[in-house]
Amino acid sequence: MAANKVILQIRNLKKSFSGKNGEVLAVNDVSFDVYDNEFLVLLGPGQCGKTVMLNMIAGLIEPDEGEIILNGKPVRGHDPKIGMVLQRTALMPWKTVMSNVEIGPKWRGVGKAERQAYCQKFIDLVGLTGFEKSFPAQLSGGMKQRVGIARAYANDPEILIMDEPFGALDAQTRYAMEEEVARIWDQQKRTVIFVTNNIEEACFLGDRIILFSNRPATIKEIYPNEMARPRDMISEEFMKLRTSISDNTDLAIDTL
Amino acid sequence: MSEEVNAAAARDERPVKVEVRHLTKYFDTLHVLDDVSFDIKKGEFVCVVGPTGCGKTTFLNLLTKIYEPSEGTLKIDGELADPKKHNLAFVFQEPSSFPWLTVEENLKFGLKVKKLPADVIEQRVERIIKLLGLEEFRNVYPASLSTSTEQRVIIGRAFAMEPDLLLMDEPYGQMDIKMRFYLEDEVLRLWREIGTTVVFITHNVEEAVYLSEKILILTNKPAKIKEELVNTLPYPRNIASKDFIDLRRHVTEQIKWW
Repeated sequence: MAANKVILQIRNLKKSFSGKNGEVLAVNDVSFDVYDNEFLVLLGPGQCGKTVMLNMIAGLIEPDEGEIILNGKPVRGHDPKIGMVLQRTALMPWKTVMSNVEIGPKWRGVGKAERQAYCQKFIDLVGLTGFEKSFPAQLSGGMKQRVGIARAYANDPEILIMDEPFGALDAQTRYAMEEEVARIWDQQKRTVIFVTNNIEEACFLGDRIILFSNRPATIKEIYPNEMARPRDMISEEFMKLRTSISDNTDLAIDTL
Repeated sequence: MSEEVNAAAARDERPVKVEVRHLTKYFDTLHVLDDVSFDIKKGEFVCVVGPTGCGKTTFLNLLTKIYEPSEGTLKIDGELADPKKHNLAFVFQEPSSFPWLTVEENLKFGLKVKKLPADVIEQRVERIIKLLGLEEFRNVYPASLSTSTEQRVIIGRAFAMEPDLLLMDEPYGQMDIKMRFYLEDEVLRLWREIGTTVVFITHNVEEAVYLSEKILILTNKPAKIKEELVNTLPYPRNIASKDFIDLRRHVTEQIKWW
């Protein structure tokens, strides 16, 4: 993050939906910058509007107000420079690992030999060497997420958005995948925007952590995180950051 | 059992509630659990941790008598465990409330099945509602609750049964730190007030160290007991204290595969 070159600018984003009980404001006047090659974490409680914000950044839904500016140009609709990894991996169950990973280059018309050699690199990178011909149903939850990550990388995005990719994994597999993602990011520098509701995960991965409030999502605080990598989740430094973020988070207890 | 465990067990004067001896389970040729023996004292809070896929759920299903062991015995109060006689309650990872019943009716459900007298049901349910602060949700259906509140109701329902043994399978698995600490304090409060014997399974070492009086650390499959660890840190525990961190680190090293 040393250079601090801004790659993506989010300006005054606002989005509401009409629901049963009238208008629901999901995102309210959110502005932030994303730096080139940084690992940025968006942290917020469940249902705070994070996914709505991401979907706007990815061009999947249109904001009511505000702008998204990539490399100085406003983004309209979906831009292939922005890639996505989802919580539900959305792999195609009838396709092998290789076929899933190569789908992007294939649609772009890259020849078979070239795209498979290119995709092999990312399959190796995520540690799935030897599973190229396996089908998703033969893989564990963590392995499916690795396929999703390799597929996103194979599209060669400038910005990689990960929307709670480990939300459905058990705590230990989650630790393993967090270490994996940190390693992959270190080896293949990209700008990553990583969304989570898990404070520990945010502290482990982020160069910066943007903490959001309950819905409508507004920015509560931005935490720089310069702890050396790989990070130790049980260290004093780590616990201190985790506790300060946790103290600043609202407890989402139901009220009538 | 190690000498340390024996010494700590000797200081603990509570009677043995659950006695597990040589518990072993095969599914066909797959050896899942290997010769597991331990005791649980009456009113003890035991946490079980182990690497992913080590057989924790099979272990739990043997304790609940959902599966029969291939070898070994499980005794409660000195008698062979029998779900018809003994009162075993569970809480699963996903909340399992009855959607057609209100919060209050959910809390009453098991007590009615057990045909307890109306005044006892009334008294127990009111106590749980008070302990959990659920007064305003009494007449609400689960569909209008968040997952965490629904899980609180389920945990209340299990404690209301005043079971011989309460088994909890990672009830806070998908919740974030803030909510987890809140719920962990709540489960400790229920446990202390009601005096239930609890076996709590978790992937999360910090949670195990925060809650337990004793931690059973399992090995990889076939699961054996790698270590039986008495946790004497005084309650309420401070997750940032040196003793806590040392213990957390030790347990993490024992199960770490990632």
